[in-house]
Amino acid sequence: MLKASDEILAVPPTVIPVEPSRAIDWIPAQRVVLLVALLLLWWGLVRLGVLDPFFFGDPVRVAVVVWNWCTSGTILVHLGYTLSETLLAFALGTVLGIGAGLVLGLKPKAARLFDPFIKAANATPRVVLAPIFALWFGLGIWSKVALGTTLVFFVVFFNVFQGVREVSPIVLDNIRMLGASRRDLLRYVYFPSATSWVFSSLHNAIGMAFVGAVIGEYLGSVKGVGFLILQAEGSFNVDAVFAGIVILTICALVLDLGVSWIERRLLVWRPTHGQADREAT
Amino acid sequence: MSESAVDVRTPATPRAQPGEALRFDRVTCSFRSNSGAGLYTAVRDASLSVDTGEFVSVVGPTGCGKSTLLNVAAGLLRPTSGTITAFGSSFAGLNRDAAYLFQGESLMPWGRAIDNIAVGLRFHGKSRAEALEIAQDWLDRVGLHSHGALFPHQMSGGMRKRVAIAQALALNPPIILMDEPFSALDIQTRQMMETELLDLWSQDRKSVLFITHDLEEAISLSDRVVVLSAGPGTHPIAEFTIDLPRPREVADIRLSPDFLRLHTAIWGVLKEEVLKGYAQGKR
Ligand SMILES: Nc1ncnc2c1ncn2[C@@H]1O[C@H](COP(=O)(O)OP(=O)(O)OP(=O)(O)O)[C@@H](O)[C@H]1O
Ligand SMILES: [Mg+2]
Repeated sequence: MLKASDEILAVPPTVIPVEPSRAIDWIPAQRVVLLVALLLLWWGLVRLGVLDPFFFGDPVRVAVVVWNWCTSGTILVHLGYTLSETLLAFALGTVLGIGAGLVLGLKPKAARLFDPFIKAANATPRVVLAPIFALWFGLGIWSKVALGTTLVFFVVFFNVFQGVREVSPIVLDNIRMLGASRRDLLRYVYFPSATSWVFSSLHNAIGMAFVGAVIGEYLGSVKGVGFLILQAEGSFNVDAVFAGIVILTICALVLDLGVSWIERRLLVWRPTHGQADREAT
Repeated sequence: MSESAVDVRTPATPRAQPGEALRFDRVTCSFRSNSGAGLYTAVRDASLSVDTGEFVSVVGPTGCGKSTLLNVAAGLLRPTSGTITAFGSSFAGLNRDAAYLFQGESLMPWGRAIDNIAVGLRFHGKSRAEALEIAQDWLDRVGLHSHGALFPHQMSGGMRKRVAIAQALALNPPIILMDEPFSALDIQTRQMMETELLDLWSQDRKSVLFITHDLEEAISLSDRVVVLSAGPGTHPIAEFTIDLPRPREVADIRLSPDFLRLHTAIWGVLKEEVLKGYAQGKR
């Protein structure tokens, strides 16, 4: 009797239904056209004298600066600094955020005790901490890592806290009935649940780490892309400023792609767009 | 617990009856009502027992306190007064003799079907390899042989219920508590699952407390059907022994005259409670 339904339900385990292929997707091509059009507009307005190149730069000269930085290798040193600061802040902030989120999520009393302090700390504009961190940790990478960490920490913390609180009580009761100890609950329920929430915050978190690093450099440093921009501004070299911004944007995009890639590998259990969600009960 | 409060209607019952898997003794459950400081007594003075190897169904109007009773049997909820015993002894914390099939979705969404089944075995000290082997065996038994790698969101509602059944039964508990396990399924899948459940149950006759609001389901599965009154203060008001022969074919048995006779008799009692419950719900 069951066998009949099995035939209908027999989806091979690894195959995920793919959306039927439509006509050619023109969106990527249109994006490129849009980008080129904006660059042309910028270039044209500067050439026609509508925009003053002293303030607005010149896309061609910006490209030349980027090219020179890349070929001479100067950018590698600075980029190396900025990226290591970003990744360190990201790792540190994430680990601390997960730890604190799990602990406070599981201990409602402690959560109530710390609540106003956390809210206050999160409400403080972290940028004002940059000079303090520079005093404490010097002008090297650690003052930037500290700034980035304070930004990443809260993003991750709030998500893990939420993730622990929002575990389905039925799933929890079920696991307890199956004989889970408190340690098992942490490992099999709270941690995986929090992980999914962490990942939804990682895009934000990596961006925050990057912002922390660049702002830290901008406010005082001797190396890094933020420092390059600061230097260029000091000598009124708008083209170099824009070149720095271009480099930063590309890096941010690459980091974001990296997070998406990790996310896809670790969160296979989550319904993705295109696949229907679970029915609500 | 309420030994001093002598209730003339309920005769004093001996504590340890050897043949009893579960016994509710004048169980009362009150909840703080969210409207104010008052108490809402969902279940009052409910006494009920399930014999070893017996399949008992409990029917009652929606919201009367069926899930509440089952939570008490599972040890997830302490009764306000009264006692609950499993095989004659009371338990602190969860009922370790029981498996629970929940009304809602209970699988870990981040676990594949086979891992969801194996996880309970791991908690019971089995090695990973051993747990996976038993889990695969149970996947076969619930007809999901090649679907072990699916995540809950990739399965149909019926498949998820089968995994949940396998998850509970793989631990080989002497008592099974089921809370409207099939109510979210369509009628065909439902009859299939009922047949399958009876199949599994007849292999080793565990003690089952089965909650449903579907009278036909209750009759076709059970040895005994208990009718609960409408809430508040729910308690059993009638019991019917279902003497239909086994093995049963749930799709066909509904047409037999004996079934219809039982259905008419039980519905006569239940209908009044359902109407009462409905009237209360409207207020
Ligand atoms: N934790 C709680 N706090 C307050 N009231 C509760 C709680 N749990 C249950 N109740 C109340 O107790 C009554 C019985 O609830 P219960 O879930 O046992 O009903 P049920 O018979 O299982 O209903 P259904 O058939 O819809 O599943 C309901 O009126 C409900 O509002
Ligand atoms: Mg219920």
